[in-house]
Amino acid sequence: MPYTARKPPLPETTEQLRARIPGWGVDLDPRDRPAFPREVPDEAVIAAEPLPEQQPELRPRERSVEHLRLTPVFGTAQPLHGLSGAVKRLAYARYSEARAAHWLLLLAGDRIESAGAHLRSLATAHPDDPVTESGVLGERGAHPVRSRLGEHRADLSHTPLDPVVVGGPWVLAVGAAVLGVRAVVRRTRR
Amino acid sequence: MKAMVYRGPYKLRVEEKDRPRIEHPQDAVVRVTLATICGSDLHLYHGMMPDTRIGHTFGHEFVGVVDEVGSAVENLKVGDRVMVPFNVYCGTCFFCARGLYSNCHNVNPNATAVGGIYGYSHTTGGYDGGQAQYVRVPFADVGPSVIPDWLSDADAVPLTDAVSTGYFGAQLADVVEGDVVVVLGAGPVGLTAARSAWFMGAGRVIVVDHLDFRLEKARTWAYAETVNFSQVDDVVLHLKRMTGGLGADAVIDCVGAEADGNLLQHVTSAKLKLQGGSPIALNWAIDAVRKGGTVSVMGAYGPMFSAVKFGDAMNKGLTLRMNQTPVKRQWPRLLEHVRAGLLTPSDLLTHTFPLDDIAEAYHVFSSKLDGCIKAAVVPGQD
Ligand SMILES: NC(=O)c1ccc[n+]([C@@H]2O[C@H](COP(=O)([O-])OP(=O)(O)OC[C@H]3O[C@@H](n4cnc5c(N)ncnc54)[C@H](O)[C@@H]3O)[C@@H](O)[C@H]2O)c1
Ligand SMILES: [Zn+2]
Ligand SMILES: [Zn+2]
Repeated sequence: MPYTARKPPLPETTEQLRARIPGWGVDLDPRDRPAFPREVPDEAVIAAEPLPEQQPELRPRERSVEHLRLTPVFGTAQPLHGLSGAVKRLAYARYSEARAAHWLLLLAGDRIESAGAHLRSLATAHPDDPVTESGVLGERGAHPVRSRLGEHRADLSHTPLDPVVVGGPWVLAVGAAVLGVRAVVRRTRR
Repeated sequence: MKAMVYRGPYKLRVEEKDRPRIEHPQDAVVRVTLATICGSDLHLYHGMMPDTRIGHTFGHEFVGVVDEVGSAVENLKVGDRVMVPFNVYCGTCFFCARGLYSNCHNVNPNATAVGGIYGYSHTTGGYDGGQAQYVRVPFADVGPSVIPDWLSDADAVPLTDAVSTGYFGAQLADVVEGDVVVVLGAGPVGLTAARSAWFMGAGRVIVVDHLDFRLEKARTWAYAETVNFSQVDDVVLHLKRMTGGLGADAVIDCVGAEADGNLLQHVTSAKLKLQGGSPIALNWAIDAVRKGGTVSVMGAYGPMFSAVKFGDAMNKGLTLRMNQTPVKRQWPRLLEHVRAGLLTPSDLLTHTFPLDDIAEAYHVFSSKLDGCIKAAVVPGQD
């Protein structure tokens, strides 16, 4: 049948669909659909060319090299700082969003920042706690076994990877620290 | 105030933060009464979005009460109960003036490739989000709307993202009467897209996922046929067989960057971050749609490259349509449908947690435990 011009038949008629499904066809006419057409120019706004007042830049704000100016409004949460900040500033100032280097440097900055934050937290009254912060305590009462094995879940094949992604960096950090200390000890013994 | 705070991939906690202040005359500060966790938050939570900073507060689906307004705010006043679209936008730039609110050029200095979003990393502008007791809302006269009296907070909050996105995704599928529509993903976005495809006059709606409890919801709530992709050998072939060998007229990707179904694609993207996102669902969409058909992409992907089967899309003459949802554009019509009882947004909220337990809320939603479809968070007051 697919080799002739006819559209494959539907299992239900329009009348059956209308009777079975609340609201079937209410937006049949594209003009009733809010996203149609894609662009709806507001000629009054376009003619008036309003420009929002500039939010004060109280500290230097990084911006994509693709922007011609600092946007009139911007978020001020978590300003850049330290080594990760320097890496990210380079990504923003040097590489356009078209360059992989832009995003890879930002991701690298993220990992540098989280490693530093974990280390610093150890010196505070509230060190990072992988048990409470990963939310695994939420497994209590959430039927962890039935939820996973009672379904035909495709993600079970990589579920064991999650603890590796969460805990792996910690293990690597401890391993690197042990190796480092050992190397120093050996060198001083020699 | 208390706020959810990111501590690195898969880790978050609640911290005491300064209450946000008015930073621009058009700002408001909103006291959050109800927030939800979106599938997009999971991409941040799993460390897939570049420039997600330690200490960042997530949350782009929330409702609340206006607590303070800047000197230039005219339409909102303290005490108004408001729903806030997930988009931060100015309303007057080149893009906003044409209705492309999710692509605003005036609110995100960090990137031109994406607009502003609350609590969605610095790549979308560096705004703290609404999984907190208070949140800064820029351009308060532009985005937020006063919640009508007949609409509860629980029905309003999914309209600020998930439900508007499902409705938008069905529209981008350009459905004409009698079309066969396949929806990939049975999360809140996919379920609403399936439901909405009928509004546009679809003749058949088929929802694909691997979680039986969500497919059950797709059958009972979205009136759809379902396919569990982990129970068929080749889901694209299966969909072709279901559609007379031609493929669907339109496929809507409501899965995004962490799609399952191919271990290599999933691990290289979601776990190792070597791709901007796992394109499994997107590739299934391209291959399962008929020649000359439309793929509507609501699933979110990171800004880096992904291994997409572009040659098939070209050879098949497909139309690919996609965007972050311009949420407020959906509201007048969508609210009519909600008021008429055609769709009840709160049906999607299966779990509610106090803000103090938000790490557990993320874990339960992320791991899809306990039949969770969408988790809400109540910030409460001290
Ligand atoms: N465009 C927008 O404006 C916008 C707005 C909101 C959400 N989103 C995106 O939409 C997507 C869905 O959001 P959600 O809140 O429904 O998330 P969700 O995590 O609740 O749902 C995703 C569903 O996809 C299923 N899935 C995984 N791999 C699949 C595959 N290969 N085929 C079919 N199904 C598969 C999962 O089991 C899950 O049920 C996310 O990527 C999110 O970032 C986009
Ligand atoms: Zn979202
Ligand atoms: Zn704008």
